[in-house]
Amino acid sequence: MDLLATTTIRRPVSDVYAFWRRLENLPTFMAHLEEVRVTGERTSHWTASAPFDRSVEWDAEITDEVPDERIGWRSTGEADVPNTGKVWFVPAPDGVSTEVHVLLVYDIPGGKLGQAVARYFGEEPHQQLDDDLRRLKQVMETGEVMRSDGAPWGKRARREFPQRPAQPLSSDELAKGEAA
Amino acid sequence: MRANTWAGRNKVEVRDVPDPSILNRRDAIVKVTSTAICGSDLHLVDGYVPTMQDGDVLGHEFMGEVVEVGAGVDPGRLRVGDRVVVPFPIACGACAACAAELWSCCENSNPNAGIAEKMFGHPVAGIFGYSHLTGGFAGGQSEYVRVPFADVGPLKIESDLTDEQVLFLSDILPTGYMGAEMCDIQPSDVVAVWGAGPVGQFAMDSARLLGAATVIAIDKEPYRLRMAEEAGHTTINFEEVDVRSRLLELTGGRGPDKCIDAVGMEASHGSAHLHAYDRVKQAVRSETERPHALRQAILSCRSGGTVSVIGVYGGLLDKFPSGAWMNRSLTLRTGQCHVQRYMKPLLRHIENGELDPTRVITHTLPLQDAARGFDLFKNKQDDCEKVVLKP
Repeated sequence: MDLLATTTIRRPVSDVYAFWRRLENLPTFMAHLEEVRVTGERTSHWTASAPFDRSVEWDAEITDEVPDERIGWRSTGEADVPNTGKVWFVPAPDGVSTEVHVLLVYDIPGGKLGQAVARYFGEEPHQQLDDDLRRLKQVMETGEVMRSDGAPWGKRARREFPQRPAQPLSSDELAKGEAA
Repeated sequence: MRANTWAGRNKVEVRDVPDPSILNRRDAIVKVTSTAICGSDLHLVDGYVPTMQDGDVLGHEFMGEVVEVGAGVDPGRLRVGDRVVVPFPIACGACAACAAELWSCCENSNPNAGIAEKMFGHPVAGIFGYSHLTGGFAGGQSEYVRVPFADVGPLKIESDLTDEQVLFLSDILPTGYMGAEMCDIQPSDVVAVWGAGPVGQFAMDSARLLGAATVIAIDKEPYRLRMAEEAGHTTINFEEVDVRSRLLELTGGRGPDKCIDAVGMEASHGSAHLHAYDRVKQAVRSETERPHALRQAILSCRSGGTVSVIGVYGGLLDKFPSGAWMNRSLTLRTGQCHVQRYMKPLLRHIENGELDPTRVITHTLPLQDAARGFDLFKNKQDDCEKVVLKP
């Protein structure tokens, strides 16, 4: 499965590149990622949420890196869902913004796991990556992921459909949400 | 706290809901001192805007006192104790749209941008109390409200102007003004305004302020036309006369130079069969709009003129007069108001006495009576033009 998405961020290429290259930042805006731990100059360990409260982990290595231009990576070893990704950064015509282009390729396995992964991405797998990039833009331009009463949980909000009503949360709801 | 909520189609209900809290670092909590019912709230209550949910707190016109600020709010811009009017579009101030002063198209303030994008092609800004399509933000018809990006939009009021004088800077005064501004008014212009509700009245006043030679109000409610007349505008009652003929008479056969649609998706119409066509299509949800005012504005406008649309549309419409629009070189301009762009200059016009927003207020009710306010406004009872609610 190939997912391609693009956004434009009103920050210079060097800032956006640097933010992405600190791989620990990825879970702040990518919904399915729980943690990315850097284990070496080019290696890292990724943890993602999976259906049925499971999590999936894999090691990854950076395979291609040109500062202020592009980063490519791939999973290594026996990943449950082998995957590769690349992101490239292009100065936008306005002279101040950066176009971010992302390509993720998942090698979806057969059998139950493959079915579960497909279900996780839903009918519109692109939507998730589009939303990830929207959140990257929010974080880079405003400092954090936008929350509302209907969608209060930041990057977890997409799991909450239908949304809660657009009315303030009780302290119980807030506490439960922060803990989750 | 008490808040006015959507309780299904044609029903609002004041209920107990939790007090708001800070969710993002640049939020503030505002204690509402005055709020109002907007014509566009009626579209929500009438069920023509999708993605409303039972319990959604309504209201996008409000002002009050800042009682709490998040850690990320710039203290040079906003502090606890400040008296503020809050613009209805929520805008970050940092994206390309905000940089271009297209505040209602903010690219970061709508957490439900993915839904809005499916409906509109590209997402739109978050709006208080205005469906989940525009973010699912609780609105201001309540005792307290959470205001995101509080150091960007809210306008501090530091003079002793009353709430009633400045409240409408939150929406309807800038909306009416933008309707007139989009007309690029010249001193010889005749400007016709469809709809003499509060936004229409402010579009008329703004057209005059911007130098129009004549301003014409088109409506069917005698009290609304009287209100326009008392403000010095010419009037046409579309239930009594044929609008197009009357406009031709008033303009030496040319048609108005500039036309403003301040009606939007739920227009009434003199022509029973056309009205029935759109009512049926709207009722079965195969068309979201009843766009009579827009059609008539396009057909009436002089060749080469401008049609400016500030009435709210939400989806799709039928029988758009594309032939008239194209062949007669009309310019069509529109937008949800970029309120932040107009608040300061319009505040100066209020201070100078050039605009008097209080002239549209006919009813002031306690928040608890919001449902009665909606009834009066929707059914145009008791000569209701604008309802202000006091929490």
